[in-house]
Amino acid sequence: MANRGAIARRVVRACNEMGLHSIALYSDADAQAPHLAEASETVHLPGNRALETYLNQAAILQAAVDTGADSVHPGYGFLAENADFAEAVQAQGLTFVGPAPRWLRDMGDKIAARSLFADNQFPVFAGSAQITDAAHAQQLAQEIGFPVMLKPAGGGGGMGMEVVQHPDQLEAAMARAQAIAGQAFADSAIYLERWIADPRHIEFQILADGQGGAMHLFERECSVQRRTQKLIEESPAPGLSADKLALHADLAAQICGQLGYDNVGTLETLFTGEGDVGFLEMNTRIQVEHGVTEMVTGVDLVQQQIRLARGEPLPPQGSRQGFAVEARLYAEHAHTFMPSTGRLSRLYIPTLEGIRVECGYQQGQQITPYYDALIAKVIASGSTREMAIGRLLVALKAIEIEGVDTNAALLRSVLQDESFLAGQVDTGIVGRLLGGS
Amino acid sequence: MAKHEIESEVTGNVWKVLLEAGASVAEGDVIMILESMKMEIPVEAPVAGTLTEICVVPEDQVDEDQLLAVVED
Repeated sequence: MANRGAIARRVVRACNEMGLHSIALYSDADAQAPHLAEASETVHLPGNRALETYLNQAAILQAAVDTGADSVHPGYGFLAENADFAEAVQAQGLTFVGPAPRWLRDMGDKIAARSLFADNQFPVFAGSAQITDAAHAQQLAQEIGFPVMLKPAGGGGGMGMEVVQHPDQLEAAMARAQAIAGQAFADSAIYLERWIADPRHIEFQILADGQGGAMHLFERECSVQRRTQKLIEESPAPGLSADKLALHADLAAQICGQLGYDNVGTLETLFTGEGDVGFLEMNTRIQVEHGVTEMVTGVDLVQQQIRLARGEPLPPQGSRQGFAVEARLYAEHAHTFMPSTGRLSRLYIPTLEGIRVECGYQQGQQITPYYDALIAKVIASGSTREMAIGRLLVALKAIEIEGVDTNAALLRSVLQDESFLAGQVDTGIVGRLLGGS
Repeated sequence: MAKHEIESEVTGNVWKVLLEAGASVAEGDVIMILESMKMEIPVEAPVAGTLTEICVVPEDQVDEDQLLAVVED
């Protein structure tokens, strides 16, 4: 298990439930993580920085060889979408629990991914291939219509994007975006896409066997974000045409099948207020919010990942039952949103009826600046959306966390927001709730 | 001339220092960038003036409220 925190614990649990021997890795700062006691075996990766530990390919491969592991699960983040790492794992004769390396590479190039799906008749918003020449970019931007979005080819997850309102700002914005992309992603390629005001972020969960078989496990609604960081996810997506959702879910699965995609993946899309749908990106990993889909389909996505990686067939296409809503609890200052670190002197998240908790920490543990701010995911299910939301709100009210500040109050206010409760969500909802900040 | 001490809002490490001591700064100029929990946190000049002291170097670990730099206006 080449990862840490909630996803490492989740994978250890899946291994335990499948009767598999699990090997957890841990950095100095993670020596007290709860999943280390739950794993069959642990290996220490000395140091704390990501490059010394969970991004240290040589050390991770050595740990796999030393322990006699037969597979490497990359989790999400860190090396999960690193094609070189996946190839290095395979070169050692080990199974990489994820899509084939070529998928990590192809879908990691956002321009190539966009054109691949467009070529296969998945809708995309008006946009361009890579832009280098300012005059040509100006012409393309005029055709698309301002405002336009500049996006990095090597980015993803909303990082490094820039909105350009007026033609005379384009050239300077291009230079800025290329510099940022080069610095952040070691690839300065950028492209243009139509800018969408407050879209809905809808993603489709895909499972595929690499032999042409593929299925979807419906959609997740992930519009409740602050600065492209997801806060609340749910399934089904409220207030959208079920036919339109099913049409795009089917299309996504069909294309992934035709292309020979394998393992799990998520096709992210935007839905505009006018009802247009456009491809955003394809994520070649298990998602943070996979639990939402598990709660409404009963399919264990992490177990499926392991089974598919071993060449087992896809599960039967099941139905979706009930509603699930997830909240991401982050260690951050409630008003400034700055990271909050410290010792978790109190950590209590109630496991009430209909509540599932995915937490990579235990009481007494330090939350350090070395890794991301996610403390836990709290997922509620119910036979109605109201029931799931109500259960989640009760759990978030009963949470007791001391030693770090959290975003629990913000999560509670979203869950009590009138437009959220009415199912009217878009990516602007948190900004409006915070008073335009 | 008033001294404005700039303290860290977070526990983390210094990723980049963009200016040198002695530089003139405008309000809002980014002096350095900290890194914590995978976030880049710019440290800005609170007022226009002269950057008289930089108290950290790249890779330094910093604590919340630790002095990072001084601007005199």
